[in-house]
Amino acid sequence: MKVRNIASFLLPLLVWCLVSYVPFVWHPKVEVQEPGAVEYFQPGMLIDRADFEREAADMAQQQLALPTGLPANPIYLPAPHQVLRALVTSFAAVPEQKDAPRLHQSLWHSIQIILWGFLLSSAIGVPLGILCGTYRNVGRLSEPFIEFFRYLPAPAFCALAVAVLGIYDGPKIAIIVIGTLFQQVLIIANTTRKLEITLLEAARTLGTRGVRLITRVVLPGILPDLYRDQRILLGWAWTYLIVAELIGTSSGITFFITQQARYQHFDNVYAAMLIIGVIGFGSDVLLARLGKWLFPWDRTQERT
Amino acid sequence: MSEAALSPTDELAQRFARIYEREAILEVRGLGKQFATAGGTVQALRDVSFKVHRRELVCVIGPSGCGKSTLIRILAGLETLSSGQVLVDGKPVSGPGRDRGMVFQGYSLFPWLTVKRNVMFGPEMSGHPHNVAEGMARQWLELVGLSEFADAYPHQLSGGMRQRVAIARALVNEPRILLMDEPFGALDAQTRAKMQSHLLDIWKNLDITVLFITHDLDEAIYLADRILVLKAHPGEVQEIVEVPVPRPRSPAQFSSEAFRATRAHIEALIHPPVVHSLESEEEPAPASQMIRFTAVDDNVE
Repeated sequence: MKVRNIASFLLPLLVWCLVSYVPFVWHPKVEVQEPGAVEYFQPGMLIDRADFEREAADMAQQQLALPTGLPANPIYLPAPHQVLRALVTSFAAVPEQKDAPRLHQSLWHSIQIILWGFLLSSAIGVPLGILCGTYRNVGRLSEPFIEFFRYLPAPAFCALAVAVLGIYDGPKIAIIVIGTLFQQVLIIANTTRKLEITLLEAARTLGTRGVRLITRVVLPGILPDLYRDQRILLGWAWTYLIVAELIGTSSGITFFITQQARYQHFDNVYAAMLIIGVIGFGSDVLLARLGKWLFPWDRTQERT
Repeated sequence: MSEAALSPTDELAQRFARIYEREAILEVRGLGKQFATAGGTVQALRDVSFKVHRRELVCVIGPSGCGKSTLIRILAGLETLSSGQVLVDGKPVSGPGRDRGMVFQGYSLFPWLTVKRNVMFGPEMSGHPHNVAEGMARQWLELVGLSEFADAYPHQLSGGMRQRVAIARALVNEPRILLMDEPFGALDAQTRAKMQSHLLDIWKNLDITVLFITHDLDEAIYLADRILVLKAHPGEVQEIVEVPVPRPRSPAQFSSEAFRATRAHIEALIHPPVVHSLESEEEPAPASQMIRFTAVDDNVE
């Protein structure tokens, strides 16, 4: 199992290495070493291979100095070692503009946005979802509207969010809440409804009434599934981050990525994307571990 | 007159006379239940009346669809009745209550609680402090012989052990009557036989009245003082059979005269449906000529 887990990461890495390091695989460009007599060539320039060969043939015909070059990939596909180097330097290096945030600052800002958005969404979504799932009337009263609302794409609220909440972090958090909350209520209501009805009946014959049915039976009964739902929803919240960070004042990891892409520092772009992936995946693995420890009675936790 | 001089019928009559002398714990008067379905109202139960006396063990039996589950769920307060009355100790009841403990067929233990915490659930709900509830739970776990599994989770127990925990969990509340809805229905034959003797042991040693639903005729006769036979569509009391098999009961009595006579009598009552397994509806007969999927010379007989 462990071997296959690692292999599932090694395989794409291997493909990336193949494309990057084996000169006859792809490499549609030529990186100029010596411009020779070609006037517009400069060392380090990336030229389409066909153009390079035509110019070289041209020079050969005119018996002028030949340009030399190495096969290269387009700028948007840096090699693994370049990304790795960017990964190291992006944390260490100070950006060229003085007021631009460092990578770890951008990252921390993004994580804060996610956490606040998710926390706020959960504070409303979890109780409401449980109520909807427990009491049929609450469900009937709220779910149709939520069902309607969740089809409105969260990005559509960007302008509105900025108008209402200003240009700083407020609208960003709002977008994440809008993107997450409505799914959350429906998913958790569904989870709650799946609780074995016999457990509720048994509790009632043992003398449980009212609120204690929720706190002593429903809540502990659905907790492992609720936890799993929250894990999935947290991943969901991350996908809205990119949209959220583009509105108002650009900030966070998205700002870092767009900024670096603008200067064609694609190694930095990949490094940042990699970091998002590692954080997302890493936190999910951690939460899964935590789940196994928290819910020893729930055998389905072991299968995730 | 000494008891030894009595004829079997006199002895039986005396035994039941003694039972009927005791006060009625549960009294059901003219109970009816209608369900509203898409196809109109369905009469599930009609005019069901009976009494269960203190420390009596009454089984309810009947073909599928006779409403025996509905009956016990109404008695437990999990469903409302359409007409009639349910009295426990002479007082009408509505809704579930601690005076009626219930053991379900399925796994009704709380999977997130250990065995001990499951049994403590009832006392905690009635406001006993933690250590008192824990003491009660230990005592009842000992009674069902599961003390050493106190800290196990339900999923770590076998089906029979789970039902023993469920019984302890119901009994710890000291209910007036224990309602059991096919509690051993999901167990294998051997475990079921053990659980039946175990239940008789518990019942003998406690001041507890039991109403037991089953579709297994042998189980009913083995356990019960009286058997309430229901008939289906709508569910009505067909007969209340006094079981003549003497107590104490043992599996050896399955072949006794009294046992077989009672069995035949109730079978005749429940006829025409298939007698042995009352739950099974008409099964499609297997094809008389089966297609052969093996080589002709590959014969197993």
